[in-house]
Amino acid sequence: MIKLKNINKSFDSANGIIKVLDSISVEIKKGEIFGFIGYSGAGKSTLLRHINLLEYPTSGEVFVDGENLTELSQKEILKRRRKIGMIFQGYNLLYNATSFKNVAFPLEISGVKKPEIDRRVKESLKIVDLEDKIKEYPAKLSGGQKQRVAIARAIAGNPKILLCDEITAALDPETTESVLNYLKQINRNFGITIVIVTHEMEVARKLCSRVGVLENGFLAEIIDFANCTTASSKIGKYLFAEGGGI
Amino acid sequence: MQEIIEYFPQILTALYETFLMMSITIAIAVTFGIPLGTYLYLIRPGAVKSSPKIYVVLDFIVNTVRSFPFLILLVAMIPVTRFIIGTSLGTGGVIVPLSVCAIPEFARLTEQTLLEVNQGVIEMAKAAGANTFQIIWKVLYREARSGLVSSATMLTISFLSFSTVAGLVGGGGIGDFAIRIGYYRYKLSVMLFTVILIVIIVQLIQTAGRIAIRKLDKRI
Repeated sequence: MIKLKNINKSFDSANGIIKVLDSISVEIKKGEIFGFIGYSGAGKSTLLRHINLLEYPTSGEVFVDGENLTELSQKEILKRRRKIGMIFQGYNLLYNATSFKNVAFPLEISGVKKPEIDRRVKESLKIVDLEDKIKEYPAKLSGGQKQRVAIARAIAGNPKILLCDEITAALDPETTESVLNYLKQINRNFGITIVIVTHEMEVARKLCSRVGVLENGFLAEIIDFANCTTASSKIGKYLFAEGGGI
Repeated sequence: MQEIIEYFPQILTALYETFLMMSITIAIAVTFGIPLGTYLYLIRPGAVKSSPKIYVVLDFIVNTVRSFPFLILLVAMIPVTRFIIGTSLGTGGVIVPLSVCAIPEFARLTEQTLLEVNQGVIEMAKAAGANTFQIIWKVLYREARSGLVSSATMLTISFLSFSTVAGLVGGGGIGDFAIRIGYYRYKLSVMLFTVILIVIIVQLIQTAGRIAIRKLDKRI
């Protein structure tokens, strides 16, 4: 479903050129939940943003559903993004819009007709059990509820892929559990491929079938929970430790 | 008291002239200031569509016009005003320089207001496949709407005081009236009355603004 081929990413900074990602190649299968873990600054979020080309690789290619995104025009990329949902740590909800309007946002962008928008928004909010908050503004919602609205928004357009950037980092353990359950449900019921970036070991263990470990911009190893019981990288070892966390 | 009643019709005319000056000026300032401010926001250094050279030039022009003491701008613009509306006198003669001063002022306020919109929300919009036009209308203006109303309210109140010098070109207005009748003719009671009127007007504008902002801002 997703193929990252030899991704290199460097930034220009006051201290010279900083290489954030070094020759990263990974294939993510359709319908799986794949995680990227690593310390802060390891490049996880940057790597995630390559999948919908919010970040362009300095060199390397990004394939989504067989298409080379890096070769497409801006206009074509905007079209492809409509089938890729994204959820953020800071929720990024429109504060001056109700839950309904927030969830409707990607559909409006895509030019979906009003009655269809109405149907899909209600459907999506139902999936995350927030129909009763449909007319509320984000300021009146708790962190967990905001994130669920964000999830509803991300899946409203029936995406093939869901990108999650530290989505539970700002939530307490119970709410985190709740959010992860919704994600698991969505993956199971709709077969949406999920790529999740996190520094919380629990999240990786609970949700992911495979995890890529990022260390200093390198892909240190890929751990397949079905086949492995130990890891070679330092961070990887935490995954298998009891009550581990970075 | 007697004098206030005597001058009342003139006070009403003056109020009407001020209202005319202000409403046209603010309408022009908003109509041209918002696009200009949005443009400045989009091409600012560090932005995705950054055009540093154009920005520097526009930025300079905006700052220069803003910093002119209004009275001097009014006088300096007499030939321009005459060219645009055929005369440099009367209410029109004030509206032209007022607008020229108000547009860059509101553009700057708009740019600042837009800068306060959370960058994360803009990234979310990009991730959803929104183009620049959609981001401006559905994200920026929506999230900045109460800030823009707040800026417009501030603009109205500060330009109300600028309009006071309208008398210099025979533009009339309540400020000119206060000076001509109240001050120069030593009609203290009339001047006091007009000043109180102006204070009330400002309070009304401020209150209207505050109500609008409270309704538009859902961030609580």
